[in-house]
Amino acid sequence: MVLSGAQVRDIAWLARLQIDEADIGQYAAELSRVLELIRQMNEVDTDDVIAMAHPTDAVQRLRADKVTEVDQREKLQALAPLAESGLYLVPRVIE
Amino acid sequence: MTVWETVIGLEIHVRLLTCSKLFSGASTTYGAEPNSLACAVDLGLPGVLPMVNEEVFRKAVRFGLGVNAEISRCSVFDRKNYFYPDLPKGYQISQLYLPVVSKGELEINVGDGNSSKVIGITRAHLEEDAGKSLHEDFAGMSGIDLNRAGTPLLEIVSEPDMRSASEAVAYMKAMHTLVRYLEISDGNMQEGSFRCDANVSVRAQGQAEFGTRTEIKNLNSFRFVERAINHEVERQTDILENGGEVMQETRLYDSDRDETRSMRSKEEANDYRYFPDPDLLPVIIDDAYIEAVRQFMPELPNAKRNRFIQELGLSAYDAAVLTGSREIADYYEAVLAEAGEARLSANWVIVELVGALNSDGLDIRQSPVSAKRLGGLIRRIDDNTISGKIGKQIFRQMWCSEDDADTIIEARGLRQITDNSAIEDMIDKVLADSPRQVEQYRAGQKKVLGYFVGQVMRASQGRANPQQVNGILRSRLKN
Repeated sequence: MVLSGAQVRDIAWLARLQIDEADIGQYAAELSRVLELIRQMNEVDTDDVIAMAHPTDAVQRLRADKVTEVDQREKLQALAPLAESGLYLVPRVIE
Repeated sequence: MTVWETVIGLEIHVRLLTCSKLFSGASTTYGAEPNSLACAVDLGLPGVLPMVNEEVFRKAVRFGLGVNAEISRCSVFDRKNYFYPDLPKGYQISQLYLPVVSKGELEINVGDGNSSKVIGITRAHLEEDAGKSLHEDFAGMSGIDLNRAGTPLLEIVSEPDMRSASEAVAYMKAMHTLVRYLEISDGNMQEGSFRCDANVSVRAQGQAEFGTRTEIKNLNSFRFVERAINHEVERQTDILENGGEVMQETRLYDSDRDETRSMRSKEEANDYRYFPDPDLLPVIIDDAYIEAVRQFMPELPNAKRNRFIQELGLSAYDAAVLTGSREIADYYEAVLAEAGEARLSANWVIVELVGALNSDGLDIRQSPVSAKRLGGLIRRIDDNTISGKIGKQIFRQMWCSEDDADTIIEARGLRQITDNSAIEDMIDKVLADSPRQVEQYRAGQKKVLGYFVGQVMRASQGRANPQQVNGILRSRLKN
């Protein structure tokens, strides 16, 4: 499958990536090669294979339900572009 | 004319009661200063890794056992990708392919409350809650509070088994009761600990396939669920009757206007690009773990209700009221342990106690009269120390004091008069004072007996045993 320029633009929008118009052709070619690889993988018969959730055989260790974090709001909000009244400020998301 | 059938499935989000978050050691306390409980993991800062809270799995397994479901021995977290400022990582950690609980069921009461129906539970999976966006007062900006981000949720997805708004409400109420019995959630709907989305469709009766469904979001009270579904069914039926087609879309319920309106259509629907979260390994739950959780399972509401009916001889109505919440059931059982008389105790809890609580606007946990004190009062009615009527007077005094029933009975001399000769004396006096009524009675006007009983009760200030008064009166009047 070969991706069109329009599909590349849609994917970029879904991923919230800003891309240059000039690069679209190159992205289309490279992403199409990824899709070709996936097409090849899809040809393998996996009916009797259980889907792998993780490449290692390790299992998740669980932690006890304890509060271990302290309030570091001042430090964390110093990293943010904008904060006010304890809130992180972002461009308005609804009208 | 076509008869239309409603088909409803519910997704209920239950906030699990834990001290810390699903993937971080930040506190889950509600109502704290904005962002004071949002740590680096909750903010999705680069380089942080999630650490899974064990208690969340214990509570999920408890829920699974409570709805007779399958517990996944291997449970996996997936990333659900979407962009919104209150989701700082750009994905929500959820479970799509291997949820912790699947294939359960919950019995609900339908119709008059005497018939029941089993609603299938497709799955229940763990996920983290998002933060909150505040859109006012920030000069064109939105304010983000991430205290809620990472709080553990259990999303419970039902089969499309409900056929009316009232069945949906019954299911939601039964689920609310269940999670509180299981003590996995406080179920506080004002604080968003128990929220519901409804999938609603309409089809011609007899049609095998489902109609096109819409999803109604933002249902955070039982009343809204009923109203929103009824409204949506009406909207869809209108479209179908006019030959139109229902569009698959997400609609938001606006309780102020009592209407649903479109949020996004299928075409605009998010592609969530789910995939297993590479930061998290599969969680393995073995049989020993499940058995350990099973050992601490409380009696569940439906089992308790059946036991109240079958073993205690309560009516279906009384049993339903008394098992409606864990608090009232616990209270009733504590009263019963003290009083020993099931039906009398049920009556007192439902009529007198609940009535008094309602008129004072109190929750049963705030009852001024403890179960032990109420039980003590009922015991005195049951053993004929006092009559039921005097019991109500004593109850009112107990409501405003710390005294127990025995103290009040002794202090005020309310002990019932059961001494035959004392009652006979009072009766003789009443009969001697009422020659005309005695004549009427003997002439066949048996209703006059009530008059005599009333006089004797008045003479005894309500303390004479009414059964004894009746019996002695009848035999006296025969002669």
